[in-house]
Amino acid sequence: MDFTLKIWRQEGPQAVGHMATYQVTDISDEMSFLEMIDVLNDQLVRSGDEPVAFDHDCREGICGMCSMFINGEAHGPNRLTTTCQLHMRSFKNGETITIEPWRAAAFPVIRDLVVDRSSMDRIIQSGGYVSVNTNGNTVDANALPIPKPAADEAFEAAVCIGCGACVATCKNASAMLFVAAKVSQLALLPQGQPERTARVEGMVEQMDLEGFGNCTNTGACEVECPMGISLDHIARMNRDYLTAKVANKG
Amino acid sequence: MLDSKIPDGPLADKWTKHKDNVRLVNPANKRLIDVIVVGTGLAGSSAAASLAEMGYSVKAFCFQDSPRRAHSIAAQGGINAAKNYQNDGDSTYRLFYDTIKGGDYRSREANVHRLAEVSASIIDQCVMQGVPFARDYGGMLDNRSFGGVQVSRTFYAKGQTGQQLLLGAYSALSRQIGQGKVEMFNRHEMMDVVVVDGKARGIIARNLITGEIERHSAHAVVLCTGGYGNTFFLSTNAMGSNVSAAWKAHRRGSYFANPCYTQIHPTCIPVSDDAQSKLTLMSESLRNDGRIWVPKHSKDVEAIRNGSLKPVDLAEEDRDYYLERRYPAFGNLVPRDVASRAAKERCDAGMGVNKAGQAVFLDFDSAITRYGSTEANVRGIENPTAEEVRALGVAAVEAKYGNLFQMYQQITADNPYETPMKIYPAVHYTMGGLWVDYNLMTTVPGLYAAGEANFSDHGANRLGASALMQGLADGYFVLPYVIGDYLADDIRTGAISTDSSEFDEAEKSVTARIDALLNCGGKTPVDDFHKKLGQIMWNKCGMSRNAIGLREAITEIQALRERFYKEVCVPGRADQFNQELDKAGRVADFLELGELMCKDALERNESCGGHFREEYQSEDGEAARDDKGYTHVSNWEYTGVPSEAALHKEELVFDNVELKTRSYK
Repeated sequence: MDFTLKIWRQEGPQAVGHMATYQVTDISDEMSFLEMIDVLNDQLVRSGDEPVAFDHDCREGICGMCSMFINGEAHGPNRLTTTCQLHMRSFKNGETITIEPWRAAAFPVIRDLVVDRSSMDRIIQSGGYVSVNTNGNTVDANALPIPKPAADEAFEAAVCIGCGACVATCKNASAMLFVAAKVSQLALLPQGQPERTARVEGMVEQMDLEGFGNCTNTGACEVECPMGISLDHIARMNRDYLTAKVANKG
Repeated sequence: MLDSKIPDGPLADKWTKHKDNVRLVNPANKRLIDVIVVGTGLAGSSAAASLAEMGYSVKAFCFQDSPRRAHSIAAQGGINAAKNYQNDGDSTYRLFYDTIKGGDYRSREANVHRLAEVSASIIDQCVMQGVPFARDYGGMLDNRSFGGVQVSRTFYAKGQTGQQLLLGAYSALSRQIGQGKVEMFNRHEMMDVVVVDGKARGIIARNLITGEIERHSAHAVVLCTGGYGNTFFLSTNAMGSNVSAAWKAHRRGSYFANPCYTQIHPTCIPVSDDAQSKLTLMSESLRNDGRIWVPKHSKDVEAIRNGSLKPVDLAEEDRDYYLERRYPAFGNLVPRDVASRAAKERCDAGMGVNKAGQAVFLDFDSAITRYGSTEANVRGIENPTAEEVRALGVAAVEAKYGNLFQMYQQITADNPYETPMKIYPAVHYTMGGLWVDYNLMTTVPGLYAAGEANFSDHGANRLGASALMQGLADGYFVLPYVIGDYLADDIRTGAISTDSSEFDEAEKSVTARIDALLNCGGKTPVDDFHKKLGQIMWNKCGMSRNAIGLREAITEIQALRERFYKEVCVPGRADQFNQELDKAGRVADFLELGELMCKDALERNESCGGHFREEYQSEDGEAARDDKGYTHVSNWEYTGVPSEAALHKEELVFDNVELKTRSYK
């Protein structure tokens, strides 16, 4: 298969970026999207050019590092799929493919397709945990039975890989789905109850400080989320947030 | 002489006594002591979080853009713990014994017993952090069984156990970062260890965004930097997983232990084409329910390869369930090394089922039927049709392994509910690593290694679901106790200056290495060299090895390394985000380690666990150990040329278990 690639190139955080056009040929349909970019980079290095910088690590859809906006969609055309799990059989021979970085004020570009997502770490640092020290003296794990439906729903929120596709895809660059996934996971579990109020307040405040936009419930994040995290978690977070605010005023 | 510092006394009391006797650092003094933790996988995140909770000033480093992305995240199947929740006779001793036996009697009794002892606390701790383990309908934790054992002691969260455990440790770490007790350095690569007056006192790191070379000092340095499977280029490791931190420590005096012990995992998705950049594991947990087979007859192999016969249409009596045939007691749940070699044996005999002849089937058909019938009974459906049973069975299998099946389908475009998966062994884990004593300290005082980066607990073969256990055991429950014994001497030392001749020298050597890579003037991309190294390693130091091949490999790697420094092309500059430069530095280190792995494999004239020397096998092709000659850890001291490293042996003493020929028949 042959493709024309239009890729965002930007030398550094302060540099002016532009779209550059490249050709790749003899691409097998078995290749992953990132392996196709490897082929392009090999070509660029051999011809004395600088390769396209892009984030990637596990290449099995779980680390959340890969982050490409492909033909106007976060992680490309397939649902429930990260960029690294996208394969070239999902494209037509001869197609032109446009590749951009995640675009959001809270995700500044570092180079080419690589962006800085440390804002998401800082949100977690503002309360996305249960405050329990390591000491080996907590109660026996089975002393705390958790109804299976609650455990399962918490798990569905906990699978968030923190890739930022929800932010990249939202017209407001909102991080609500990401934040809600963590808030909801811990709100569903008994371990999360003591800090439930402080957690949602702390994380939402940090989210606003980082410059993420507001949620207008378009649901685009849910569609593009490679882990299929549901908008229901945003509803749960909003309810918790409102409760927290009302309680604090009282 | 190597002193492993194993405490005296009966096996089961060693750890308790040791904890009671190690020196402590009082809370006010802990604040005056700096600890550097490199790597933020299960071992690194849990160590950094625990040390900060105790009061030490911690600096943590990872090369990824967030500590949450370390490769522990990709572990699928589960984590072992001797909880005996299933009432199937499990105990600390049995977990200890299974691990020693699984490691083919090449690990330290005292370390392994400690691991088994703390295993139960790991589960309690993780549950309190909000890790959503799988539960049964009563709300209690569920278990499954894994290879090499006959009890169900594996806790899991679908096929994403590593992710959930790492996010638990990451949340503990994030809490400490938020409180200012851990200073976190994302996108930083450790370039060297700085040794002052014989003690590890800091590191040189490179900021991967700006290229800046930074000096960081501390009273102790902890390496939790994972394994070296990427020496083979193709492996289940992440693209960025590398040996550089451990290798730099080795060059600064840490002995490297048992580098030839590599785990080849039996259930991975086979290689599809030349551009393949990595291999994907299909969790070992699938062997709980999947049956492994190849056709009995060559004509059927041909027909399956050319597509004229569908595997589901091949009659039961024409299939060879070779693990069930060879190992009736453990069947499809034999340990990884045994399962991998058995797959290779069938494929070498011409029975491989894909075009390249390098794949076997993993089939869920009987599990779907079995689960479907059970579910029909539960629901009170009398005389269910075959279709009804199948639909119920598919739903049950999906609930257990859904994400793995989905991943398989994404990669291969085959639907594993309808046709058996094709799998083949791939490099997965490395049991070897930096030598550490019972306190997890390497041969350089103040330099610690934890998790996969050290060698200590898995002997020559690791059992499934034990890597997560070891990473968290080291980080949560071992390092925090033992590190104080060393740091107690440092309460009056004060901050370590980075303005010293040792830091100058280390920084200069780092800059010189970077310059050498950038200014080599060659034309060949880094990956070319890495792929060639991988081929040499896979062919000559892979699933089976022999003396002739290993000697050839050493010469070939030396020649490749020489070519690398003459011909490699690293574009761009040192003072910018430069992924080719990052990669070149890592490959340069793999090109040295690969040679040492071959040297170690050549020196070990026996077969044990993941190390299979063709010259040493029983009549029926099983590994033949030489307990008289090789019941020791081989530790290598760097001398300049990897294959001329000096060997130091640590004899392994077994007071509590009898060395037996491992049998899973």
